[in-house]
Formats: sequence, C-alpha cells, structure tokens
Amino acid sequence: MEKLITAIDLKKEFNRRVIFQRISFSLAVGETLLITGKNGSGKSTLMKVIAHVLTPTHGTFIFGGDTSEGSYPHSRLGFVSPYLNLYDELSARENLIFALSIRGLDHQRFPIDELLDRTGLARFKNSPLRVFSSGMKQRLKYAFALIHNPSILLLDEPMSNLDSEGKDLVRQLMAAQSERGALIIATNDANEVEEYTTMVNLDVRV
Amino acid sequence: MSESESRLKKFLKPVLTVLIKDLRSELRTRYAMSALLMFIISTISIVVFSIGGGTTRIDVLSGMLWVVIFFSSMSGLSRTFVTEEERGTSMTLQLLAPPGVILFGKLLFNTLLTISMNILAVGLYGFLLSEFIIKTTGLFWLTVLLGSIGLASSATIIAAIIAKANTKGPLFPVLALPLLLPLLVVVIDMTRLSAEGGTITEALGEFQFLIAYIVVNVTASSMLFGYIWKD
Repeated sequence: MEKLITAIDLKKEFNRRVIFQRISFSLAVGETLLITGKNGSGKSTLMKVIAHVLTPTHGTFIFGGDTSEGSYPHSRLGFVSPYLNLYDELSARENLIFALSIRGLDHQRFPIDELLDRTGLARFKNSPLRVFSSGMKQRLKYAFALIHNPSILLLDEPMSNLDSEGKDLVRQLMAAQSERGALIIATNDANEVEEYTTMVNLDVRV
Repeated sequence: MSESESRLKKFLKPVLTVLIKDLRSELRTRYAMSALLMFIISTISIVVFSIGGGTTRIDVLSGMLWVVIFFSSMSGLSRTFVTEEERGTSMTLQLLAPPGVILFGKLLFNTLLTISMNILAVGLYGFLLSEFIIKTTGLFWLTVLLGSIGLASSATIIAAIIAKANTKGPLFPVLALPLLLPLLVVVIDMTRLSAEGGTITEALGEFQFLIAYIVVNVTASSMLFGYIWKD
C-alpha cells in the first residue's frame, strides 16, 4: 500500500538542547500514529515539525511518492493544535474560505456549510469568532483542519476544551479520517485513542 | 495558457487571499489605520504650529513632509506581522502557505496602506501649510508613489524581523532608519525639485535609484523571508 507520509530520522534541537531525535515512521491510508509523552517531552514540537511549521534540525519527509526537495505539503495536511489560532475578527465561514483560498483552492467546490453543520456551528457561521466560546473555537479548528480533505490529519491534544458532545464529534471525525487517510495524534492520555498502528513515546526516545 | 502563466496564477491567488484577509481584518479592527492616522494628524499639527504662519523655505517643507510620512509609517506598518504574532495566527499562516505567499501578500497590503495614508498626509499637509505649493504635480505624485512603495518594501521585511523579537516597538524605527535613509534623502530632493518646477527628465537619475531600491529590497526580502518566518 502506498505510504501517505514517510518521516526519516527526524531530530529537533533548540539552542543545542535535543528535543527529540531518531524519529522515523510511515503511514498509509487507515493507519494512525500515536505520539505520547509527559508534558514538555516535545510532542507539540514534533507535531509542528510534521506540519512543516518548524524545520527539523535533521531528517526529511516524503509525501506520497513525492521525493522532491522543498515540496510544500500544505494541501495534504490538516492540523488541530492548541497553539494554532484562527482570526477572531472574521466569521467562521470567512475563516474556512480563507483556509481554502490561500491554498489556491476554489472555495465554492467545498462543502463549507455542510462541515459547519456537522461541527455544530451552522447557526454561528456568520458570527465573528470573538463571540465564540473556547469549545466552539475548538470545533471550528476541526472544520478548519478538515475543510480541504487532507490526506493526513494531525491532532495535538485532540480532546482539550471539549465537552462530552464535542468529544463524541471528534471521535466521529477521527473515524471518518481513518477511512480516507492517515491520523497522527499527540496526547499525554493514550486512553483517548482507541486504536493505533504505530506509537512514538517521547519519554524514552532522548 | 503557458506553464509560467499558470504558475503565476497559482501563486497570485493565495497572495491576493492574504491581501484580502488583511484588508478585511484591518477594516474591522483598524489596528494599523488608527495608528497611522493619529500619527499623521498629530505630527502635521506640530509642524503647522511650529513653522506655519511664517516664511519657510521649500526644502524645509519638503523635508518635514517626509518626516511626517516616515514616523507615521513607523507607527503603523510594523503591525502587519506583529498582530499575527500577538494573536497567535503566525503558525496558522505558516501551516497554510509557503513563505513567499505570505511575504508578497503582506507587502501588497503595506503598499496599499502606505499609498492611501500618504495621499491623505499630503492632502492634509498641503491644505494646512499654504506655502507648500507644488509646481510639477506629475513629478511630485510619482515621487509619492515610488517613495510609498519603497517605504512599504523596507517596512515589511523589518516588520517580519521585529515580530519575532521580544522588544518589538522600539526596534522598528531603529532598524528602519539606516535602511530608509537613502530613500528619504532622494524623495526629499525630488519633492523639493517638484516644488521648484523641475521636470521629470531632470529627475531621471533619482527615479532610477528609487526603482532599483525597490527591486533590491523586494528581491533581498524574498530571499531572506523564509529564514525569518520559520523557527
């Protein structure tokens, strides 16, 4: 089966302090990578490196069969993270249109209203985010990460700021993603993830 | 459509998306516009109270106009990247698009903002200081246009640098002054020339300098921005 993402020998240092090293993995459709570790173990840093927000000190990625150096995988990845904020002065709908248009995609071809409905935000689609609660913003982050149908979905602490209804929704979205792509989940509570293919425990890596 | 045209179109759509997002955000929050407007009004008022009413040489008036424009720009143009850092949306942009798209989107936004604010500043300056009379308007407005683009091109890359620093506010004019000084000297001279009735032909060398300044700035910015923007 063709691999959607392959990471080879990743290492990240900040000011000569090694955050993680010797991380390699590959994922195909239907596979899940679980990244665990205590607070401060480097889970979020590894997620940012995978999302191409941070550059690894060493190591490389191959997306699908694309081995070209410097290729930018912004259309293949969806990312939900506590460090990732959306635009408070824009409405939920405008944020999603922005996420598509900046990737060069035609927003009229994507089911924005349907996804907002699915995430329980249909009533608030034209409201600016500054009136949203933290739980509503977290739901919108999921819509933001999924709107372009990414082949790889990265979830950093996926259940944070969510009520039980929100957690159910996230489980549904994770199940749907598993059917069409790969999942990478970083959490310090491994019980949140029912099934996974590969696990990276950052507490024992460095 | 040729391959290069198609690639240009693919690059321009995301760039315009960043521009439209910034314009929309700015119209709703007025972060940069308010700062620029306040600075324009307050600095022009100070100039009017200090030198208005008497006879002031045209070279002094030309210099004062660009002092107003320089300090107004310093107050507003840094906001473009600083607000992204403050709101925690830098990472969102890093996730969504390559650095070049962000740089050119922000550069276009800063250029539009600078041009519109400078037109306002010039209008207000000319209205309140009756001695400031421009004889060659074509030369003058071309100077304002190229000066604004040059100012925005420098301010954008400096804004990206200071957005990552801990001390953002004071750092901006400190870094900007040496970079903008050659531009300011030339535009002040061209403004004086247009007030004295000089022709565009007389200022060809200065125009060449301004165009070269913008090209060098934009090229250097596009080469450096990736390193500044990530990590």
